[in-house]
Amino acid sequence: MEFNAVKIANTGNKGKGIRSDCFVTLELTDAGGLQIEIQSKVAVFFGDAIKKLTSSILEFFGIQNAKLLIEDTGAIDCVIMARIEAAIKMLIKTDKEYLPAMYAENIYSTTKEKNRFSRLYLPGNSPSLMLNAGIHKPNGIILDLEDAVAVDKKFEARFLVRNALRAIDFYGAERMVRINQIPKGLEDLDYIVPNNVNLILVPKCEEAEQIHTLNNRIDELKKQNNISSEIWLMPIIESAKGVMNAYQIALSASNIVAMAIGLEDYTADLGCKRTNEASESFFARSVLVNACRAAGIQPIDSVFSDIADMEALKENVLKSKALGFDGMGCIHPRQIKVIHEFFAPDITEIEKAKRIVLAFDEATAMGLGVVSLGTKMIDPPVVKRAVKTIDLAINMGKLHKDWRNEI
Amino acid sequence: MKKYDKLVRNAAGRIVPTEVNGVSQQPYMGVGKYKAVGRKYAPLIASCSDYPDDGNKTLPTLKDALIKSGLRDGMVISTHHHFRNGDIIAIQIFDIASEMGIKNLVWVPSASFECQSVLIKYLEDGTIHHIEGSMNGALGRFTSEGKMNGLGVLRSHGGRYQSIQDGEVVIDIAVIAAPTADAFGNATGDRGSAACGLLGFALADSQYANKVIVVTDNLVPFPCIPWQIQGNYVDHVVVVDKVGIPEKIVSGTTEVTKSPDRLLLAEMTAQFCDEAGIIRDGFSFQAGAGGTALSIGIYFAEILRERGMKARWARGGSNKYLVNMLEEGLLEYILDGQTFDLEGVRSMRENEGHVNSSPFTSYNYHGKGNFSSMVDVVILGATEIDVNFNGNVVTHSDGYLLHGIGGWQNCLHAKCTIIPIPLFRDRIPVIVDEVTTLCGPGDLIDVIVTERGIAINPKRTDLIEKMKNSDLPIKTIEELKAEGERICGKAAKPKLSDEIVAIVKWVDGTVLDAIRKVEK
Repeated sequence: MEFNAVKIANTGNKGKGIRSDCFVTLELTDAGGLQIEIQSKVAVFFGDAIKKLTSSILEFFGIQNAKLLIEDTGAIDCVIMARIEAAIKMLIKTDKEYLPAMYAENIYSTTKEKNRFSRLYLPGNSPSLMLNAGIHKPNGIILDLEDAVAVDKKFEARFLVRNALRAIDFYGAERMVRINQIPKGLEDLDYIVPNNVNLILVPKCEEAEQIHTLNNRIDELKKQNNISSEIWLMPIIESAKGVMNAYQIALSASNIVAMAIGLEDYTADLGCKRTNEASESFFARSVLVNACRAAGIQPIDSVFSDIADMEALKENVLKSKALGFDGMGCIHPRQIKVIHEFFAPDITEIEKAKRIVLAFDEATAMGLGVVSLGTKMIDPPVVKRAVKTIDLAINMGKLHKDWRNEI
Repeated sequence: MKKYDKLVRNAAGRIVPTEVNGVSQQPYMGVGKYKAVGRKYAPLIASCSDYPDDGNKTLPTLKDALIKSGLRDGMVISTHHHFRNGDIIAIQIFDIASEMGIKNLVWVPSASFECQSVLIKYLEDGTIHHIEGSMNGALGRFTSEGKMNGLGVLRSHGGRYQSIQDGEVVIDIAVIAAPTADAFGNATGDRGSAACGLLGFALADSQYANKVIVVTDNLVPFPCIPWQIQGNYVDHVVVVDKVGIPEKIVSGTTEVTKSPDRLLLAEMTAQFCDEAGIIRDGFSFQAGAGGTALSIGIYFAEILRERGMKARWARGGSNKYLVNMLEEGLLEYILDGQTFDLEGVRSMRENEGHVNSSPFTSYNYHGKGNFSSMVDVVILGATEIDVNFNGNVVTHSDGYLLHGIGGWQNCLHAKCTIIPIPLFRDRIPVIVDEVTTLCGPGDLIDVIVTERGIAINPKRTDLIEKMKNSDLPIKTIEELKAEGERICGKAAKPKLSDEIVAIVKWVDGTVLDAIRKVEK
């Protein structure tokens, strides 16, 4: 066995407000066998099971002598596994992985055109927020390895994110991971590409070259792991340079389905304050929308950070939609509903779309090549957009799928 | 005297004692099966000649009043939880008893709170023999570890009224802490510096206890209006500097939840009620004091407002959210059982539609009907639910007794009982094969709402039919249980001894279940 310089490893979280996690202290010893101590909030129910799991993990990695303390606040198995494996790998060098079984329902792929109104950020090292994320039905969940994880927790977070991708059900949400900035983010890929990640967010993207580097590594890993399904990319533009290169970035690869803007870093880069009115980022947002539309991908807005103010969020969503965005990030589950509600077509839009689609139906039935509504001629792209609006409205529960017979 | 004796298996399949603290008990026979016979308990006849003509019943101290009431070994002493965690009078009673060397008292609180944990020392030294009422927090832990000299008896709010009315519990001295009172003993809870709303839990005690003491820090000249407690039942009045700690009277559980998971539960519950046709013009509802339950009220209000409808009545626990509905005209009456915040207290004083009720009107099972069965929908909590829809509210899954029954059992009689609960709490599954302690028979629990799915009791074919085409995730309770276990793993059973430490009474006074000692 090859050892690292570190002799005692700590992983996980403990302390006030921490739930569904465990804090692991692992020390390799020269003799004395395995001394495992478990202090668990759920000891009555799971104490024996945790002990059994722990022993089997240590055994898997060939560790025969160690002191292991687990301070548990109700972590589920895949979390305990991630914490212990991370601790072990701080102490010894090994390529082996102790993987929880992949949930069958976690194996699904997503399409390029999928709705991406909302994507919920989940800090990559906080298991308690992951467990119930999917029940709030965001379009996507983002396991965040970048800014939401402290530098000294980056290593262990990868194991947690990997295990979450395998053994936490996100109930059909698009499974996204925000990796670290390229090139550091390339190391994250080993943990996510083989585990059915649907989409990778690429933070602080500034040039097309970064996307090429990333895709090269993804392709290598896909080949190694025999993966054929698409892994989509969503670059995040967060700097003045990124904004200037937005169109090149959008065009840089065929697996880019959307591009987002990150306004905290962008405004910092500009050297100005981020305001609710957002006039300082009007240019950047417009450039982004324009670049995305030109490249045929979805423009996605930044997050809105005041989680208590739903009215301000609503205003923000309406402005964002008016600028041409297709969705935005959320940092709290309660934001999802508001975002869906107001990115979705409103009643006026739906009514108009209905009239256009009916006119189109009628024209087709009569064998007419030209669609007209009243005295106005309707162009094909307008019909296409109306059909999209109708589909969306049905999808969002705002219109009955049998709407033609309800009139 | 044995703590308990003569074990039998009751109609719910639970092994329960039929003799408890020397008193013979009727085992649970099923919902609505047991019919009590005979006459109600009657207190002794009093004569006006024994009371001052000028109506002044004040005595200098609580100790004087207790001595005058004949305090002695083995007596049954009752108190009430109107001040919740701000109560100070119950503790003073037992301080006095202990100082006088009195032993083996039975304490009958309408509910106990964490602030009363200091009474453990009197349970240990024999001043208090046992508790009949509720054993919360540290008192519950103490009971669960088998340290109480007698057997604990847990009753619902309605069961407490029933047991006092029927003479199952004979109170020697009732001490009613009142925010405002006059020297004759008329008392009210809706004003004074310790205003707590109403004093309904003390009604039975005032009517049936042999001696009644009113303690207040706000003595007003006769008449104290309104007189929630009538002075004609009262023996002595004591004026103290402070009757309770006002800032602790408002309970911490009366704020709407901010947890997104709980809000989702509330939203799903409200949507269920809507789709099941429960929310309509003139409907009635009751929601408990927990954050989730409160939030459901807010969703109800939204729906009513949107459709221009109003609810006819709501049962409280009143709080600012119900008061808002009342004052906005979305609700015609609050039939208040206890007041959870100062807005509730204010409304009780100001709004004609905010009406006092008591465990007699709302919950007493040995009456000519009560309000609980007339409510269209009630929203309750639970610590565990089993696959037969049986519910537990008093013990946690580890067997520890931590909560009282409150009005929970009584509320189960509503037309629709819905329990919104998370599928698991810190890895502990909430839906289990069999509840640790049976507090509510599955016959009366209709719907379980969890964040991952809603289970309707198979007996409610009407609700199942109504929800057939719902977009809500309707599942079977077995499916929910399996889903919880898949996430958490199968929890091992806690080690409980055969020794019984407390019993759970059903609303009709029969013994529904026994609580076992926890093995340390």
